[in-house]
Amino acid sequence: MDFVNSVELADASNNFVYASMVILFLATISFSVSFAAGRRRVPQIEVFSRRVLVESSGSQVHESEVELTQLDPGRRAANIGMSLTWLAAVMLLMGVLLRGVWAGRVPWGNMYEFSISSALGILVVFLVWSTQRDLRWLGLFVTIPTLLTLGMAVTVLYTESAQLVPALKSYWLVIHVFAAIIGGGAFTVGAATAGLSLISGKGWFTQLPSREKLEGLTHKIIAFSFPIWTFAVVAGAIWAENAWGRYWGWDPKETWAFITWVIFAAYLHARSTAGWKHQKASVIAIVGWLAFLVNYFGVNIFINSLHSYAGV
Amino acid sequence: MSTSLPPMSQRGFLRWLWRQLTSMKTALILLFLLAIVSIPGSYFPQRGTNPILVDQWIADYPTFGPIFDSIGLFDVFGSPWYSAVYILLFISLIGCVVPRLGVHWRAMRSQPPPAPKNLSRLGGDTFEIEGESDAVIENAHAFLKKNHWRTVIGEDADGSRWVSAEKGYLRETGNLVFHFSLILILVGIAIGGLFGWRGNVIVREGEGFSNTLTQYDAWGGGRLSSAESLPEFTFTLESFNVEFERGNSQAGAPRLFEANMVVDRPGEQGSTTHLVEVNEPLVIDSAKVFLVGHGYAPHLIVRDSKGQVVLDDAVVFLPQDGNFTSTGVVKVPDSEPQLGFRGLFLPTSAISEELGPHSIFPAPDDVSVFLGAWAGDLGLDSGVSQSVYTLNVDNMTQLGLESLRVGQTWQLPDGSGSIELAGFERWASFQIASDPGKELALIAAILAIVGLSLSLFIQRRRVWVKVGQVTEQGPSSRVKVEVAGIAKASGHDAIEQVDNIVETLKGRSA
Repeated sequence: MDFVNSVELADASNNFVYASMVILFLATISFSVSFAAGRRRVPQIEVFSRRVLVESSGSQVHESEVELTQLDPGRRAANIGMSLTWLAAVMLLMGVLLRGVWAGRVPWGNMYEFSISSALGILVVFLVWSTQRDLRWLGLFVTIPTLLTLGMAVTVLYTESAQLVPALKSYWLVIHVFAAIIGGGAFTVGAATAGLSLISGKGWFTQLPSREKLEGLTHKIIAFSFPIWTFAVVAGAIWAENAWGRYWGWDPKETWAFITWVIFAAYLHARSTAGWKHQKASVIAIVGWLAFLVNYFGVNIFINSLHSYAGV
Repeated sequence: MSTSLPPMSQRGFLRWLWRQLTSMKTALILLFLLAIVSIPGSYFPQRGTNPILVDQWIADYPTFGPIFDSIGLFDVFGSPWYSAVYILLFISLIGCVVPRLGVHWRAMRSQPPPAPKNLSRLGGDTFEIEGESDAVIENAHAFLKKNHWRTVIGEDADGSRWVSAEKGYLRETGNLVFHFSLILILVGIAIGGLFGWRGNVIVREGEGFSNTLTQYDAWGGGRLSSAESLPEFTFTLESFNVEFERGNSQAGAPRLFEANMVVDRPGEQGSTTHLVEVNEPLVIDSAKVFLVGHGYAPHLIVRDSKGQVVLDDAVVFLPQDGNFTSTGVVKVPDSEPQLGFRGLFLPTSAISEELGPHSIFPAPDDVSVFLGAWAGDLGLDSGVSQSVYTLNVDNMTQLGLESLRVGQTWQLPDGSGSIELAGFERWASFQIASDPGKELALIAAILAIVGLSLSLFIQRRRVWVKVGQVTEQGPSSRVKVEVAGIAKASGHDAIEQVDNIVETLKGRSA
């Protein structure tokens, strides 16, 4: 009975993850359609038409709404993309939760579980942020890295659920990994806006928000994630003191967490240094994200580290 | 970096150098350098954490190994060039932050600057309401005070009155707290490095340990730590339990280690028993006892040519892989001739062409040892200290190879004696450490996070309310009100704050 139950749970978790990948793929297509359609859109008209909406009354509102739809060919596709992204996030949340129920512990015991949770982290950061401001233009550049993370998880990193190795049996696992997932998710979204700020206004990318706007958004999201990352590193140090007898030992995972921290610290300094505020700062943000990737995948796969366990 | 040439005079040059060092661009460059010089520390094995791997690396690359060693690539975080980067960074930090301390202190105690002459140029809102100029100013002032703005009231030459308000001083406070906390963390690390100590010891089941320097297999202490300051205690490893995953997924992965210990301390009546696990160290005064590893110790009995027992002991073998294929050495100096063995201990034995004898599961399901025997001179009398885990066979001749299961005996050729595998024991390895700087480092780290959050989430803003008389006189008195605000950081504004003030003023007068 227990066995049947557990097999069903395992299948259900995997099915939710696959379903979320399919939905996310459809979201990516929707955002791509919106993006392609948006190439013909002149950004100023959008602003203008909005003002009409606000200032007019009665039947005029109706007219200008029609006008708005005509002016924004990509808007409907982008809205579909956002809805699909929400749905994918819910599916992925179900997949992660069921994985935890199946394993009878927090679902962060190996790299597969960590990766599906990180993909969820990226989506959550993006979606929560999207409730504060219009981020439909960013959807394409968030769903693609999320899909890649999930693809990596189900192919290379997949591990059958199992119990935790003794070193992971600590409530610090929950605190440390949760902070790392949210911080990493926000760094990923920040890398997307930083990357876009470098190409905004060129060629295909005339429809994106202005370079300055994108740089401001990048700064906001990194200002949000940097303290969280700092906290993740400190929580990891407290845990390491308890498990390994030293709070900092330059294990490769620790070293790369430190490198990532230093680069994002450099980013924040660059933002208040004349001559470094713009393109250079964006490049630093991307380099910081690359260091985060090395920390996240590279150390486990290529370097012998205390953090290598459970499959990878 | 500024392109101007350094001035010629010595004092001028020093001042120029100091200004360069404490500039933001230098801080940026040093941060990059710190990131870059950390990278080799993650790629090359490090002496501090893995000395065996370092020796192996140098042996594997005889050309580059010694060169890399001499430039400190195997001890990156203790190397002069690494130290140079972070010391420069901290000097730059101090030089940058200390002057700001004074500036901020004065700013905290000063009043907000007077309102600009022309508020409408800053955007904001201009409107007319009914009421007396003083009452409106009072209104605005009370609202701002209630919302924790620092305010000052003034009057322009043309008679219009204003309130100037500023908020968000905690941003710079947080910034300064963050940077000073980093210095404190460094102090905590330094205290740990100077006064802390750390030792490793392997203890077999049933065996005891007393906390003195001679009992450690390896011990390292800071420059100002002393062996006499070790807290006095002894413990016995009563039993060691370990379980491994037997399911299909992750088979062989550890699932449980626990050490049952009996601890005795001077001045305390009786012993106490403790269960020490991986995330559950044993705390004794300033020291913590961590369980860091475990392995097997085959119990071997060696007899000499006359049948006399010359060795009867469990010998610690060190695990080489996840399935606990373990290697070890047995030295028998008391037989004639001296005997030496190199051995493999296999908890679950298997042999393949590729790997030779090896273990396929970490639990002792099918135990055997593979032994190579040598006779001759062990070289123990030469005065050069030897590791218990290596056998010098320069002056020895090989007698042969044999595998043994528990209870089996190997009669050595030429009547040199015999060796018997009587059984096996487990051992656990402990790291015992004391770091008196860690509490300071932790407090500083918490302060750093608090300061960082303040400096990133709090915005410094100024708002102004200016009230002027309306020129045409109506039946009731009307005033013209201007409200405007700015945020200091780019990408932020004070629109919300201005709207709130406008709403309040309009609401109260209506």
